[in-house]
Amino acid sequence: MRRTLFEGLTRSPLTEPPPSVDDAALAELAAKVDGAARRRLGRSLSIREVDAGSCNGCELEIHALNNAFYDLERFGLRFVASPRHADVLMVTGPVTKNMREALQRTYKAAPDPKWVIAVGDCALDGGIFAESYAVVGGVSSVVPVDLHIRGCPPRPLELLKGLLAMLEWQAMSGSAASHTADRSDLK
Amino acid sequence: MAALADIIAQARRIDGHRPWPRAVVMPDAWRAVAGELAAGHATLLGLWGDTGAVQMAVMSETGHDIHVVSVECPDGRFPSVGALHPPAIRLERAIKSLYGLEPIGASDTRPWLDLGFWDVQHPLSARPQQPEQQPAYAFLPVQGEGLHRIPVGPVHAGIIEPGHFRFTANGETVVRLEQRLGYVHKGIESLMAGATIEKAAQLAGRTSGDSTVAYALAFAHAVEAALNIAVPPRAHYLRALMAELERLANHFGDIGAICNDASFTLMHAHCSILRERVLRAADACFGHRLMMDRIIPGGVARDIAADGGMLVEDTLAQIRGRFPRLIELYDNTASLQDRTVKTGVVSAELVRQFGAGGYVGRASGRAFDTRKAQTYPPYDRLEFEVPVLTAGDVNARVWVRIREVEQSLALVDQILARLPDGAIAVPVTAPAGAAEGLGLAEGFRGDVLAWLRLDGSRVVRCHLRDPSWFQWPLLEAAIENNIVADFPLCNKSFNCSYSGHDL
Repeated sequence: MRRTLFEGLTRSPLTEPPPSVDDAALAELAAKVDGAARRRLGRSLSIREVDAGSCNGCELEIHALNNAFYDLERFGLRFVASPRHADVLMVTGPVTKNMREALQRTYKAAPDPKWVIAVGDCALDGGIFAESYAVVGGVSSVVPVDLHIRGCPPRPLELLKGLLAMLEWQAMSGSAASHTADRSDLK
Repeated sequence: MAALADIIAQARRIDGHRPWPRAVVMPDAWRAVAGELAAGHATLLGLWGDTGAVQMAVMSETGHDIHVVSVECPDGRFPSVGALHPPAIRLERAIKSLYGLEPIGASDTRPWLDLGFWDVQHPLSARPQQPEQQPAYAFLPVQGEGLHRIPVGPVHAGIIEPGHFRFTANGETVVRLEQRLGYVHKGIESLMAGATIEKAAQLAGRTSGDSTVAYALAFAHAVEAALNIAVPPRAHYLRALMAELERLANHFGDIGAICNDASFTLMHAHCSILRERVLRAADACFGHRLMMDRIIPGGVARDIAADGGMLVEDTLAQIRGRFPRLIELYDNTASLQDRTVKTGVVSAELVRQFGAGGYVGRASGRAFDTRKAQTYPPYDRLEFEVPVLTAGDVNARVWVRIREVEQSLALVDQILARLPDGAIAVPVTAPAGAAEGLGLAEGFRGDVLAWLRLDGSRVVRCHLRDPSWFQWPLLEAAIENNIVADFPLCNKSFNCSYSGHDL
């Protein structure tokens, strides 16, 4: 174990520079999130992931955000175990009828102000499962959604772009000066 | 399997079911097949509903003969298999909920998958009806002094799929776990009905995202069997390459995550790096990190990138440079071994009875692996071993994965060295009329079964059976007499699929 730990100290990190912020995501956020909520939440966000009917593909890529290459926590973003600790709900899947109530309850359990990110093509409109008797549809048909990240499943880099857009948008609530400062933090 | 063969010899054989035969039996013979399963002379591979009938796939003791038997249910009822053979119980409950077909003599008549939220009752029956008000779900009663219940889920604490676990504990010790699943039921079988083969293949590939390659392969096997399609050799090798990359990625993820649930995050961090490297190699080779929609009936959708073989070799070299040290780390960390050894033991008898595949079966002495027992190209020409252990605990399930990683690395070497030139797919032409096919594929979790009936190029009915159907119930047995705090560890060592099970 010592050798492995020591190597961890001496090798250069695998973590890669962050991607550029997704402009489309910024535009979607700008239309929806109000400034007061942004000021209150600050730059650090706690995310609660909710699988509302996904095939589990999206979860795998969300998991990947925590690995050494993407290292989500360096941006002040982290996954939490309870919706009561969350600022952001990251919801995947076509919402199944069997998960609708659980999603609604999870949403209610998260304190205000809160954001909802719908992840994946199914979360947008039910995707390939939209016509089923067992599916309600996209996440926005059950809870209000602030940002959609598309893909089947979206790559971790695309997830990261969307999340950084969210941070960027928060940073923009302050003055132009603080906006610049925050951007330099991202690098 | 003389008895089973005798029963089937007297039954009405259905033409156009490939590659294994299907026969329609009378209720008495159906009961006799169930008796053979209960006696341990055969293994249940699957049990599913059809319009006005129920089908069952059984495999002989030796693992070589497979039969599909069907019983017609003109009055909407069929003799319960679960009454004699417990592994069939949940499958029958699902048949009742989805098709409205009633298993006569079943001990457990509670619904399964239907949690009372649908706008339709028995959605796959010939005449779906308005739902009736369901009584509150009755969890199994537990009696004893000082017991308390812990309900968990459907929304769990991690980035994982939803399901409900009802623990009954005495102090810290779990005396019973009861699972209630179905939260991610998406109605895949109903979406399959009437779909084109192409659309159905996409649905199959989204049944359980971590096994998208295995599902696409099982589905392709079923279509190719039904239509008598021979796939070009290059496609076989590319399929196997994808399947082994998927197995590697998932095993790395699991080995790390199991250690993480024992609070040993160092392994998790390192295994996540290896997993990411495999996914990146897959992306570079096939244009998708999980390789979704890359296996299609008739072959593969795209060839490996020109520099793909080299990229994969590089990735293997990196893995070979790191993984042995991680194995050593796992083996030599006493605090970690203290958590995994003798935790969550599953007996060899239960594994045999349930026909549990994958690492769950192989950690408890069941050597079944589709790639060997029902081999399909190119595995019939590749050299590999199926690692089997007997301890049946979390530690054994970790070690089976470790050994399978080593086997997969060697398989990838062989595949790349022997990758033939030539076409990567043949067109799928479906003559008018009915054709039926059964396909199996070995995913990282175990054997995936796909059964379908085609009418021309349309799917009439398609049933997909995840390996988890025969593993979830064993988790209930594994956690008994363990402490509540060890449940995440046991659960992760099984890593059953919710979506694949819920369909």
